[in-house]
Amino acid sequence: MSVAGWIIMLLSVVGMTSLFCWCIRKVLTVPEASEHIHSQSDIDPHDQE
Amino acid sequence: MAKEKWGSKLGVILAVTGSAVGLGNFLRFPGVACANGGGAFMVPYIIAFLILGLPIAWVEWAMGRYGGKRGFSSAPGIFRSITGRDRTAQIGTLALIIPVIIYMYYVSIEAWCLGYAWKYWTGGMQAVVAEARQAAPPQEQTEAGISAVKNYLLQFAGVVHESDPNGSGNFRIIREFGSSTMPFLIFCFTINFILIYRGINKGIEWFCRWAMPALLICALLILIRVLTLGTPDPMNPDASISNGLGFMWNPVGHNLVDGKLVEVGFWAALSNPQTWLAAAGQIFFSLSVGFGIIMTYASYTKDDDDIALSSVSAASGNGFFEVALGGMIVIPAAFVFIGPESIISAGEKGSSLSLGFFALPGVFEYMPAGHFFGGLFFFLLFMAAITSSLSMLQPAIAFLEEGLGLGRHAAVTVLGFITATGALFVSLMSNGLTVLDHMDFWTANFCIFLLATIEVIFFAWVMGLDRGLEELAHGAEIRLPKALPFVLKFVTPTFLLIIFGSWLWKEVLSNGPYVKALREDPVVQLTLGFIISIFIFFSILVRVAVKRWTKTEKTNPEKMEVSV
Repeated sequence: MSVAGWIIMLLSVVGMTSLFCWCIRKVLTVPEASEHIHSQSDIDPHDQE
Repeated sequence: MAKEKWGSKLGVILAVTGSAVGLGNFLRFPGVACANGGGAFMVPYIIAFLILGLPIAWVEWAMGRYGGKRGFSSAPGIFRSITGRDRTAQIGTLALIIPVIIYMYYVSIEAWCLGYAWKYWTGGMQAVVAEARQAAPPQEQTEAGISAVKNYLLQFAGVVHESDPNGSGNFRIIREFGSSTMPFLIFCFTINFILIYRGINKGIEWFCRWAMPALLICALLILIRVLTLGTPDPMNPDASISNGLGFMWNPVGHNLVDGKLVEVGFWAALSNPQTWLAAAGQIFFSLSVGFGIIMTYASYTKDDDDIALSSVSAASGNGFFEVALGGMIVIPAAFVFIGPESIISAGEKGSSLSLGFFALPGVFEYMPAGHFFGGLFFFLLFMAAITSSLSMLQPAIAFLEEGLGLGRHAAVTVLGFITATGALFVSLMSNGLTVLDHMDFWTANFCIFLLATIEVIFFAWVMGLDRGLEELAHGAEIRLPKALPFVLKFVTPTFLLIIFGSWLWKEVLSNGPYVKALREDPVVQLTLGFIISIFIFFSILVRVAVKRWTKTEKTNPEKMEVSV
């Protein structure tokens, strides 16, 4: 395997793997839409027992 | 009936990635890359990923959620909700028939994968090999074993039948039910429909949540096995895994001229339009763009969910399986055990199917613990295939439910009948794989190019970039590229039109082999007639659905939130 072959292989494999890992990390760390958007029903008026 | 939704963002990403990851990642990509410049192929591949794959995926996600917000999950409903015109619903007919017809032959290939895995793991393959080896002289035993495996598999799939003087495999799966693919076909068919019946959340998402990690584990195990092969035959030091990786990744392509391997240099490969066409085609088929499936899946996302990042995640997940796993397994292993000429020859004969189902079993005959890894490899392909085939059924199920008002039970029954008819047609007429091959050509090539071109032009020029990009940016967790409007309006449509035009010129207008076969072979004519019949049938159903939607809007405007 030539040096150029090694470079292309490493760039392709590491590049795709890094992009995929970054995406999954971002997806998992960002809260779901329903978790950070509050509707009126989420408001607790604190005056009702 | 309440509209279904995905359970989580990760669930939808796994489902879309599962839909995209299939046989193309593990068999088609390495074969196409090898034949089109090796490592040099990655240059047009990455460019096609950026200006074709990702933009079309974003288009499908945005259109899908736009329609989903207005109560539609099927392509006819989505197209109609975007323009407010009844006629545009007919464009969606293509997005219904493409996955349905592909499913009809894809489920057969899925059954082969499961059948091969079963034969490897239950000793069926070992028995065949042992018998052939015993009958051969000592110096020809390995070759005899490979030949026996190949013949066994050809008969199992009904491609040819040695006892038939014409070599016909047609109707073999009925004649020899127990030893053919038929039991596996029935099993795969049933599994697909059980999961679809369970719905988006409890069926597709639930299955992909464990199938995708299992797929990754299988692929990693096989990758470790392949990368640790070293030089299995010390008498043949050139047949090493390092040289196998070099055959795949060195920026040098290979052609077979008069049985001899001829190298194609880096710049020669890049200056060949065929390399660019092959890269664009690979991105297309691999990412499952232009099928209409992503549109349906995206319609089940919540209104404020991110779709921009989800789209990149699914595309990069597919790229990871394709480049980091698919590109490292098949070609290096095949190079070590069967040699570069056989790889290129298999690629020329029939692309991925030939490489995967006829050449690779030979590899597993030579490989240490080959029968275990052979079973594992075909099980991996089965898992990849089933996550894809599941997605092919959902667009039509969604249409039957929302367009004709059928319940889940009735929709599954109707679609089951239609797809069973097609799958039986493919399986019974299995001789030479003519029906499968031509169905694949007209649907997974012609129709997909056509639909993707229509989708992109529709998004940029009919729906309007302002409305489309606003939908895409809504809830986005990443910033969209500033050049995206320009790319979507000019670059992607131009690139697509060039590719589609070149493809049409090469395959259809220049009297290519498929068009020639259409003129001469009655089986091919029957196949195209079948595809056209399915199109007409669904086109009539779309017309009925449009009437029904219009009537509902008039009588109960609140029920249908169609944007006009």
